[in-house]
Amino acid sequence: MRTSEAFRVAWEALRANKLRSGLTMLGVVIGVASVVLLVAIGSGARDEVTSGVESLGSNILFVAPGNFSFGSAPSVSRLGLEDVRRVGDAIGDPRRVAASVASGEIARVGSRRAAVNVNGTNETIPLVFDRTLSRGAFFSAADVETRRRVAVLGADPAETLFPDRDPIGKSITVGGVRFRVIGVMGRVGTAFGVARDAELFVPVTAAQRLFGVGRVDGIAVKAPSTEQIDEEQAIIREVVTRAHPEQEYQVLTQEDILGVVGRILGILTLVLASIAGISLVVGGVGVMNIMLVSVSERTREIGLRKAVGARTRDVLRQFLLEAVALTVSGGIVGILVGIGGALLVGQLSPIPAAITGWSVALAFGVSVAVGVFFGVWPARKAARMQPIMALRYE
Amino acid sequence: MVEAVQVSKVYRLDGVEVRALDGVDLVVERGDSMAIMGPSGSGKSTLLGLLGGLDRPTSGRLRFDGRDVTGLSEDELAAVRNRVVGFVFQNFQLLPRTSAVANVGLPLVYRGLGRSERRRLATEALESVGLGHRLQHRPSQLSGGEQQRVAIARALVTEPAMLLADEPTGNLDSRSGEEVLELLARLRDERGVAVVVVTHDPGVAARFRRRVTLRDGRLVPESEVAR
Repeated sequence: MRTSEAFRVAWEALRANKLRSGLTMLGVVIGVASVVLLVAIGSGARDEVTSGVESLGSNILFVAPGNFSFGSAPSVSRLGLEDVRRVGDAIGDPRRVAASVASGEIARVGSRRAAVNVNGTNETIPLVFDRTLSRGAFFSAADVETRRRVAVLGADPAETLFPDRDPIGKSITVGGVRFRVIGVMGRVGTAFGVARDAELFVPVTAAQRLFGVGRVDGIAVKAPSTEQIDEEQAIIREVVTRAHPEQEYQVLTQEDILGVVGRILGILTLVLASIAGISLVVGGVGVMNIMLVSVSERTREIGLRKAVGARTRDVLRQFLLEAVALTVSGGIVGILVGIGGALLVGQLSPIPAAITGWSVALAFGVSVAVGVFFGVWPARKAARMQPIMALRYE
Repeated sequence: MVEAVQVSKVYRLDGVEVRALDGVDLVVERGDSMAIMGPSGSGKSTLLGLLGGLDRPTSGRLRFDGRDVTGLSEDELAAVRNRVVGFVFQNFQLLPRTSAVANVGLPLVYRGLGRSERRRLATEALESVGLGHRLQHRPSQLSGGEQQRVAIARALVTEPAMLLADEPTGNLDSRSGEEVLELLARLRDERGVAVVVVTHDPGVAARFRRRVTLRDGRLVPESEVAR
């Protein structure tokens, strides 16, 4: 028997029982659709985290005290401005190093108030974090040196505090201290649900005085290229550890930060896909059930086909193709439903959904495999019938 | 052409052995015309199944054109059925929801013929049984006599050497039955195809040149039949 002929026979057998075929397919549709949809949600969440971390800039190393493990006491940084200088010297380019001492404060202009994350830093921010300004200029090394009270506003407080006028040259008050606005940052959006535009940059020296501290919380270094990240990570770790043998420091890459979250979300995606996979197996059992019914209903047809010359493999192929046709058409519909569902979830909820090629390919492959796996037994049962017995079946 | 030598067939039904055939010798010649008679349960359908390669004997030998087919595999036997034998059944065994022309073309599917070639040969076969005007009709749209003629066309389409018919008139009224018997006689005369019919009806058997009778799985000698 030709393969095209076998396909035609399988298709006609399914069409002869439209309702039954449809309901059996529905089980596969639900299974495949949920695999595609849940994997899309899991991948979407991971993409969101990845792009959040990457929006901080590229090739960045973070120096922070303590070690990142659950239950460890929060460590207060003993880093100071001299460490910023040491790191700059060690990597041979101080322009790639930024310090940070940060605190949440309220900025006021007249009666207007805005909650801001005051970040005391140095003039290197635009370079290290690939940031641009929408107005004015960032403060200079001289401003940091002389502890000048100048500020660069984030896009959000600039709008809140100066809704109808140009903020450049105006004064704002933070913690009772007046700062003169010299620039406004370009908008960066949200990462991890945090509005990153609620920022306010001031010279690190001015911030230390404002907060009454002598430390910096952390140091960020931009490596010149991805290949040099590991090398610089080692240099920085060495410098910081030598300067502060009494405290443990971590030098983390973005990869390190992504690694933990990414692994968690990866496992979550896998768990979701497995749960969806169970429903696919249930769908497969439905296919097997219906195929067994179909084989026993058509016992006489099988007997006749064998009487007129069908070989064992002709009958096997006929019923196997019928099962595979069921699951493949169910799989295609399921993929479309899953993609539609993912798009809908992306539209209607804050959960992003990313349809991944591999999950669609996997769902399709699995639906073929389910058809073969759950179709083989009924098909073998059909193929092994003795023609004389099958013809007499009532 | 087909030779059964001391064939026996034993079934096990619910643990009880049933000896359906017990050492039967029979030869079907080319262009033969034979009726196998006997009461129900005498083993005549079992014998017909063996002659057509639908079943295997428990013991004894079966030869097709001198070639022993007893040891053939399932698939080799299927090929023999496809080439040499045409079956006609009491209850027609047509596929429902399938046109007459597709039903007749079914054996050609397993010869690997394409659709148009099958259609051409099936149409010819249907015309030769007087159903050239019923090509697209489904079994449910045909009378019993017409259905049996479709089944005969299906048996003929492969141009077999032998037609095996199991009570071909059993489900038909007497007029349709008569037409079917005339058709079988004509096919034998015109095409030289051997026709072997199983029947319990002496009136039907009388239409065939040779008549053999089975009783309890054994052939009854012709001399005893008359008595």
